[in-house]
Amino acid sequence: MLIELKNIEKTYFLGEIDVPVLKGVSLSIDRGEYVALMGASGSGKSTLMNILGCLDRPTGGDYLFEGEEVGRVSGDRRAILRNRKIGFVFQSFNLLPRTSALENVIMPLSYTAGKMSQQERRERGIAALREVGLAERMGHYPSQLSGGQQQRVAIARALINHPPVVLADEPTGNLDSKTSVEVMQMFEKLHEAGITVILVTHSDEIANCARRQIRMVDGNIVSERSGK
Amino acid sequence: MNFVNTVLVAFKALRRNPTRALLTTLGIVIGIAAVIAMMEIGNGSAEAIRKNIERMGANSIVVMGGARRVAGISMGTSSWISLIPSDAEAIRKECPSVQYVSALVGASNIQLIYGNNNWVPANITGVDPDYFIIRNWEVEEGRLFTQRELDTNARVCLVGQTVLRELFSGKSPIDAELRIGNSTFRVIGVMKAKGASMWGGDDDDIILAPWTTVRMRITGRSNGSATNTSRTASSTPGAIYSGSGIALYPAQDSSRAGDYLWTPKFVRLSQILVAATSTDKVQDAVREISLLLRERHHLSDEIDDDFRIHNNADFLNMMNGTSELMTNLLLIVAMISLLVGGVGIMNIMLVSVTERTREIGLRMAVGARSRDILKQFLIESIVLCMLGGIIGIIVGHGTALLVESQLNWPIAASPSAVVASFVVSAAVGILFGFYPAWKASKLDPIEALHYE
Repeated sequence: MLIELKNIEKTYFLGEIDVPVLKGVSLSIDRGEYVALMGASGSGKSTLMNILGCLDRPTGGDYLFEGEEVGRVSGDRRAILRNRKIGFVFQSFNLLPRTSALENVIMPLSYTAGKMSQQERRERGIAALREVGLAERMGHYPSQLSGGQQQRVAIARALINHPPVVLADEPTGNLDSKTSVEVMQMFEKLHEAGITVILVTHSDEIANCARRQIRMVDGNIVSERSGK
Repeated sequence: MNFVNTVLVAFKALRRNPTRALLTTLGIVIGIAAVIAMMEIGNGSAEAIRKNIERMGANSIVVMGGARRVAGISMGTSSWISLIPSDAEAIRKECPSVQYVSALVGASNIQLIYGNNNWVPANITGVDPDYFIIRNWEVEEGRLFTQRELDTNARVCLVGQTVLRELFSGKSPIDAELRIGNSTFRVIGVMKAKGASMWGGDDDDIILAPWTTVRMRITGRSNGSATNTSRTASSTPGAIYSGSGIALYPAQDSSRAGDYLWTPKFVRLSQILVAATSTDKVQDAVREISLLLRERHHLSDEIDDDFRIHNNADFLNMMNGTSELMTNLLLIVAMISLLVGGVGIMNIMLVSVTERTREIGLRMAVGARSRDILKQFLIESIVLCMLGGIIGIIVGHGTALLVESQLNWPIAASPSAVVASFVVSAAVGILFGFYPAWKASKLDPIEALHYE
């Protein structure tokens, strides 16, 4: 089992009022699964995704990642996990402006421990860009790329350290339907390559691409079903 | 993240907004430029002042006759006739820290007569040709006297500006026959104006002549008691009162003659003027002269010196103290301007952190630890400050060069100021970059990622 959540709780303490966002979520995701996490805004799906991505700590429950309890480890340890084990794809791409596609892609490598020459980094970056079909655009700035291309650069960046999991938060939210298809094809390819893909979305159409759909309402998982 | 990479990232970040980076560092640029320009101009001035003072005689040493004490009554400095020409010669030959030596024979209250004018100068001084080098005094017109003229007691003299004005009313005095006391001297040159001396006297109210001539022609007559005590046969009573055969004084026997070391050729030097090889060597020179003269004057350990040595050490110390004070003042001013520049850096770094909140969030999401973010922003601030420092050094040096070429002020490059500027600008970068960098490193990645 790659990811195991046991009774995860997350409560925000805002002064005197406690706001429970996750009320005991239990979930298992196996290696190579293609999962869509759905729900209306305020349902807790983003919080759950932050916890899954080791960006946030749960206030209760256990989170096992590859068998390791990661819910309560130090910030530095979680930074290393994010760097090596998890690839992030954001709704707004989050590419560094005035920085070439290639440099955006290899940026996470500068936080990876161990020696790697600039040449090796470039080669890995080019390989990752080739996987998303943008090798010939490696010198372009984000402003010179279309939205779909930008998101594919972001996917290449997520893949640079060959993580077992890719987390995508509304990856098509800023794209039109045509480029959305392009991007979704990319996730399909990743899934076929054996990478675990977790999509967060409120769109049924996008969620239907996934093999498994998890719907959340008010901090609880209400239904699960397998698509396709 | 390795160091070189971080520096490269910092450069890239700065390149994204070059105008702002430049304006931000302006405070540092101006601060460092001020330090460098001030240090170079200040050093140049200090060097020039030091040379001037050396020229005025900071490395010169005056050896005077000692005080004579008769039955408990001191007769004052130079009352004891202890310095003779061979002392001067010995100092010249045997003291390694000494470069120039001039015997001085002084006379005063002697009247000068030229045509219808007469004048009593403050000083009539007999000197060596070295004297002009030690005092860095040149002729305005005519020439200096030569060693040969010194050796042959030539009746030549040089006049100072005051004497020129009083006696010659502006006309060229070269080759004029000037009466000094009872002798006639030929004027061979006019000294340049020297102005008031360091001690308030008029240095231009002077006649300079070979000391041998002054001794023979001037002091020898006006002040016989201090010169030839034993004259030739013509001054003995027998020659004046011929045939009387009566000696007014008993003849001097050899043992009594021995009491006076230099009786037959007695010559008194008022002073010996010495120049040390450099200002640093003044103390060495004083020690060497003292040892040499004690030996030459056969003074045993328990007897005090029969001479006095004066130098301008106090004056030099005062000058060094003054320039040190100036440098410190300048440094304080520079520190204040750097402080102001540093506040500017902090301000812009805080703005930059806010602007790049999403970038920070992203970097954290892909694996940057707090300390990576801290390092990144700290190095960015240091790079910014050091760039400012480098520009400041160039601008400051350029300003100093401009001042040198346009105003003709002396400048002296100051490598220590350059090194200090580097260190200080890096320190300013660390000091004022730390808070913004720390703030960046403490951002929450989730909030940072969704910052609008």
